[in-house]
Amino acid sequence: MSERDARDAEGYGEGLATRSGDVATFDGQGHSLLDAIQHKLHARPEFVPLIVLVVSVAIFGVVLGSKFFSPFALTLILQQVAIVGIVGCAQSLVILTAGIDLSVGAIMVLSSVVMGQFTFRYGLPPEIAVLCGLACGALCGMINGMLVALMRLPPFIVTLGMWQIVLATNFLFSANETIRSQDIEAQAPILQFFGEKFNIGGAIFTYGVIALFVLVLVLNYALNHTAWGRHVMAIGDDPDAAELAGVRVARMRISVYTLAGLICALAGWVMIGRLGSVSPTTGQFTNIESITAVVIGGISLFGGRGSVLGMLFGALIVGVFSLGLRLIGTDPQWTYLLIGVLIIVAVAIDQWIRKVAA
Amino acid sequence: MTREPILTARGLVKRYGRVVALDRTDFDLYPGEVLAVIGDNGAGKSTLIKAISGAVTPDAGEIRLEGRPVHFTSPMRARDAGIETVYQNLALSPALSIADNLFMGRELRAPGLMGKIFRKLDRKEMERIARDKLSELGLMTIQNINQAVETLSGGQRQGVAVARAAAFGSKVVIMDEPTAALGVKESRRVLELIRDVKARGLPIVLISHNMPHVFEVADRIHIHRLGRRIAVIRPSDYSMSDAVAIMTGAMEPPDAPAAERADGAGP
Ligand SMILES: Nc1ncnc2c1ncn2[C@@H]1O[C@H](COP(=O)(O)OP(=O)(O)OP(=O)(O)O)[C@@H](O)[C@H]1O
Ligand SMILES: [Mg+2]
Repeated sequence: MSERDARDAEGYGEGLATRSGDVATFDGQGHSLLDAIQHKLHARPEFVPLIVLVVSVAIFGVVLGSKFFSPFALTLILQQVAIVGIVGCAQSLVILTAGIDLSVGAIMVLSSVVMGQFTFRYGLPPEIAVLCGLACGALCGMINGMLVALMRLPPFIVTLGMWQIVLATNFLFSANETIRSQDIEAQAPILQFFGEKFNIGGAIFTYGVIALFVLVLVLNYALNHTAWGRHVMAIGDDPDAAELAGVRVARMRISVYTLAGLICALAGWVMIGRLGSVSPTTGQFTNIESITAVVIGGISLFGGRGSVLGMLFGALIVGVFSLGLRLIGTDPQWTYLLIGVLIIVAVAIDQWIRKVAA
Repeated sequence: MTREPILTARGLVKRYGRVVALDRTDFDLYPGEVLAVIGDNGAGKSTLIKAISGAVTPDAGEIRLEGRPVHFTSPMRARDAGIETVYQNLALSPALSIADNLFMGRELRAPGLMGKIFRKLDRKEMERIARDKLSELGLMTIQNINQAVETLSGGQRQGVAVARAAAFGSKVVIMDEPTAALGVKESRRVLELIRDVKARGLPIVLISHNMPHVFEVADRIHIHRLGRRIAVIRPSDYSMSDAVAIMTGAMEPPDAPAAERADGAGP
């Protein structure tokens, strides 16, 4: 106390003399190249995965030639990552609020089963069944959100529980029964809509791939250019500060988890297109794969930093490695090994970027 | 001179489990004044201003703004009523920009369809206003209003939080230890800012442990002890050491709050 006073008394006259606002000159602190890079990455966290993606495509392109570097092979990667990418969008939203959603894969599968069984078991028009499936996903997400936001339970625990609950519901409800592709094709082709392909000069796209791109762009817009998106980031940054600054944190959390559930249901619909059939046993690893895409994509698990574009690049990196290494003919374990290394490197880079704080 | 207080609280109680943070405390703020609130650590100062600003809901008691009872259920409500607060922890989002933080919870939407249907933010306008507000307050020379708050120094962050409250407060501005993390120069700047805000006719509540600061800018001093207001004094009537003695219980508080006598507007 006395020390503080003394210091203050000293500064008295001097302070009064310098009235001009030299409190703060907000110059960039970047002096060395490394500092500049750190600041750049701080502002655009999706740059690292983008560079890794471009470099890995280039390397596989050089090594494998046209076998890899062809419209067909490259768009095959897109088709293969569409589902993980869409689920990754849901995961990104949740992780940006400093949460995590382990139930994404289970919600996706249950929603697809609802779409299938409502059509084939209950005879609903397939369009209505699709809506029911989407509603089912949103409802599961909303339950997650309410438990996290209102009961203040940790997201990890809530979604760990929901993962088991939703998966068990899925097996009980579907009676472990697969709906065959031919039946869907004959009676409810709309369920396979996202699997439909079209060819642009050897590049083969599905509507699922288009859905992924549209979703990423829409979310990127929403996160960066709407108040809702700014609030998502603020909650991930510091929920108490956000609340005091006027963000309705609980309501926002519920909206984020609900939207995540809805997006998972969309992924379920896309999955029917990709598989052709409705199978209650697929998608067991989707939660881990989506978290992998998010982390490699440079989104911080501590929340508040990152972009869905980064997540898309992350998902594509995994797709490029998988296909590239398979074409080279290595043991698939090499893929997992490399992905593991990438995850750890990505988190290390995230920690480094966060140190930019003065 | 008989003026009505702009903001009053009567019998506020707030308990955290067995801790009584506010013990039937009263509070009065008069138009255009700087009211300092002093008290030991844990005396309940922050809880008092949180109750007034809607961040916590008191268990009992009554708050009136301009004579009308108010029940703020969130900081947003208090803000809508014109009460702006700089919280002790600043309540900034470190990863977001200065402009984003200034407009958190009161973002502007772009005009026309983009704003209405796509809910697009009016970034340009928000940045322009943010720049204007900061320089209008003479607070800082900004190079980049889109800089993330976490890249600022502690003092600069405090400056942003203070600027946010000063810029948007229309009835009352509350500052919980706004100079705590600041160096000598930066503290001076905040004190000048407090005078600027006062000159605009806004009353200010200043919580501080720094007696020279308190005695320099305050018109009245609310002394808080063990969750209650035990005295209100004028800095001209008491020395700093007297104020500290009352605050710590070493000296009996004066019977009638001096300031109320002076204003002639008792409770
Ligand atoms: N959220 C909370 N949960 C439990 N106890 C709390 C909480 N907030 C405050 N308290 C308790 O209430 C009492 C008053 O705290 P408060 O923060 O209002 O003190 P203060 O006067 O602002 O102190 P300081 O000068 O250190 O800022 C303390 O005993 C504190 O432990
Ligand atoms: Mg305090």
